Amino acid sequence: MQWNKLDDALRRYGPGDAVSVVSSEPAMLDVLQGFVHELRLAGLPVSMTENLDAMRAVEYVPLQDRDAFKTALSATLVKHHGHHKVFDTVFEVYFSIFSPGVDGGEAGELGADAQADFDQLRAEMDAGGAMGQLSNEELARMLLDAMMRMDLEQLRALAGAAVARFAGMEPGRPVGGAYYLYRTLRQLDAEGLVSKMMEQAQQDQQIGEGAFDERLAREEYEGRLKVLKEMIEAEIRRRLVADRGVEAMARTLRKPLPEDVDFMHASREEMQQLQKAIYPLTRALAARLAQRRRHRHRGTLDFRRTVRQSLSYGGVPAEPRFKRPRPSKPEIMVVADISGSVASFARFTLQFVYAMQSEFSKVRSWVFIDGVDEVTRFFDESDELATAINRVNTEADVVWVDGHSDYGHAFEVWHERHIREVTRKSSIILLGDARNNYHASQAWTLAEMRKRARRLFWLDPEPRGYWDTGDSIISEYAPYCDGVYEVRNLRQLHKFVEDVVSV
Amino acid sequence: MAERFDSVPDVLQRLRSVDYLADTSIAGVVYLADRLGKPVLVEGPAGVGKTELAKAVAAVTNARLIRLQCYEGLDESKAIYEWNYKKQLLRIQADREHERDWETVEADIFSEQFLLTRPLLEAIRADDPVVLLIDEVDRVEIETEALLLEVLSDFQVSIPELGTIEGKQRPLVFLTSNNTRELSEALKRRCLFLHIDYPDVDREKEIVRVRVPEVDEALADQIAKVVGSIRNIDLKKAPSISETIDWARTLVYLGRNEITPEVMGETLHVLLKYQTDITKARKELGVDSPATGVRR
Repeated sequence: MQWNKLDDALRRYGPGDAVSVVSSEPAMLDVLQGFVHELRLAGLPVSMTENLDAMRAVEYVPLQDRDAFKTALSATLVKHHGHHKVFDTVFEVYFSIFSPGVDGGEAGELGADAQADFDQLRAEMDAGGAMGQLSNEELARMLLDAMMRMDLEQLRALAGAAVARFAGMEPGRPVGGAYYLYRTLRQLDAEGLVSKMMEQAQQDQQIGEGAFDERLAREEYEGRLKVLKEMIEAEIRRRLVADRGVEAMARTLRKPLPEDVDFMHASREEMQQLQKAIYPLTRALAARLAQRRRHRHRGTLDFRRTVRQSLSYGGVPAEPRFKRPRPSKPEIMVVADISGSVASFARFTLQFVYAMQSEFSKVRSWVFIDGVDEVTRFFDESDELATAINRVNTEADVVWVDGHSDYGHAFEVWHERHIREVTRKSSIILLGDARNNYHASQAWTLAEMRKRARRLFWLDPEPRGYWDTGDSIISEYAPYCDGVYEVRNLRQLHKFVEDVVSV
Repeated sequence: MAERFDSVPDVLQRLRSVDYLADTSIAGVVYLADRLGKPVLVEGPAGVGKTELAKAVAAVTNARLIRLQCYEGLDESKAIYEWNYKKQLLRIQADREHERDWETVEADIFSEQFLLTRPLLEAIRADDPVVLLIDEVDRVEIETEALLLEVLSDFQVSIPELGTIEGKQRPLVFLTSNNTRELSEALKRRCLFLHIDYPDVDREKEIVRVRVPEVDEALADQIAKVVGSIRNIDLKKAPSISETIDWARTLVYLGRNEITPEVMGETLHVLLKYQTDITKARKELGVDSPATGVRR
């Protein structure tokens, strides 16, 4: 068994007395190791040291203190804020069985007791104590009342009763619970709850008049509704875990980490997350592009370091030291395909350009389909991404004949208009899938760009396996690029930025 | 290892005594840092009290705060130690007359007497209790980060001429980062990770009441709610806790004890620093720009 080895490691690693609890409760250690294993399966880079740290950390917190227990695990195992969401889900699945108040001893015997715990729980809930006899209307009234007072205990009980009554859960079905959540919320008329609360509050004259006060009140009630939703979700998850087991449940709920989310299939919310993550990357990219090659001329004499060095020779300044040259200002030219075949990628592309341009003055950008148009001004003039994107979509003149991508023609026009502006300081980044609708490639334009520019990169949003299939002609362009990269998610974008320095 | 805190509630309560209102995760991580003897990497948006946390912990543990402010181009001569070469040169000059052999001179000028300690070395050699704060660690280049690793994992520093200097104690170490770039895995592995976000309404309300005692309960409640509401708007720079406090002080100074749309219009610029943000927030909140605001 694997934990034997781990147990040994713990013995050697941890302070003597601290280890005793974990090793005396192998069941708990098993659960924790299962938990760590699941985190790794979900993509979190948990190292051996971090795992050991976590095992040591939980020694110091009482198990029944759920918050502290969770903090101990997250502080030692999760080192990226973006990963917290995945961590939270896995934590909920693995430790939802421990309701507050279960003490360490019982918790240790998780496996055997889980079902019993759950049966008891379900019996309680189905009978519902007093709540079992309530009519739906009474339940709704009690819920509204509890929401108005924000009585958490009562809310939790009501959430439990609502799930038992409305979710219609069937044992053994391999689902994540989203449907049960939807059903419960619909039966409770969750969407209508906020306006009901608003009405109630107005009757009781808790809210002042005017749009401003109303907005604040509404936000507060929406916040409360969110709490209720979370309670219901937790309750559903708890029941699902008891029904199907921890591992199966964790597998169902597994989602890609933010850095692995495919740009092409990102949801709205994921796109917003991406946007925040792009900024540091663009900054790094520009810094890398600005780096001069080593053999370029050196800076002026660095007096302090020269004298410091002279000490090695008894005060004789035998080895002069020079200041490092100031980094040159990079000039970045981005040329991006925004045609239909890369529509969802184009949104990312524009985010990328926007981020670049708000960070640096010397970024110019063009978009193309079969015609090409410069869009630098749209990004410079707009304070917001949405406005900029809107202007690009409505005002940029990118259609030449029929609005199907024609890389060849777009590059040709670009070459004609702008090739003289490309200098040894410019780096050119091309974004697109190179799906050319069987038009001529005009790859010679890239050769020209490559000759004049400092560097030329191509970012392709398609999986590598699709390259050169159908009308994709990426390999006709590739020989003229310093690098062609598959960039479908943040991880790959990150890798591109890292690589730029070595090319 | 001397333990500085008894329990998580103890951390909470003691931080509170110096007007730092932590939540359970902040207190939990501080407690673990003390028990495990590991540094804490604190990350989060600007102005949520990352640096304040280190200061508060120093205050409650009666420790001296040693601060290393990071910046681009920071090197070991600024972070760890440097030889005082001017003094060394003087000594060499002075020694010429005595005709001493080189070994003696060398042993002499590379002694502690000529060593200039910088924050990291100072923290290691301290006899009194210290808290080490490495501020804005994301500003140094990734290569410079490596300098910190030895200090963070073993709390020791190797100086070629002197050998390894080990810490006399294991102080609490805080690193803060605004996450402008991804820190190296090696650094993260050595630290406990704490993400501090904007506080929820209740905590922010308490913070306002503690920091600006003149504000009454109702006003503090309103302040926290309004700020929370503004943070929901998609802005360039959301208001930080320190800006909330500034705003509360402004309201007190102006003698307002209720937030009306007019008051908002007059004072929004305390919370928001970009004109575009102000315009946007006005529109979202339904607050008109004040008639008096635009005479210029």
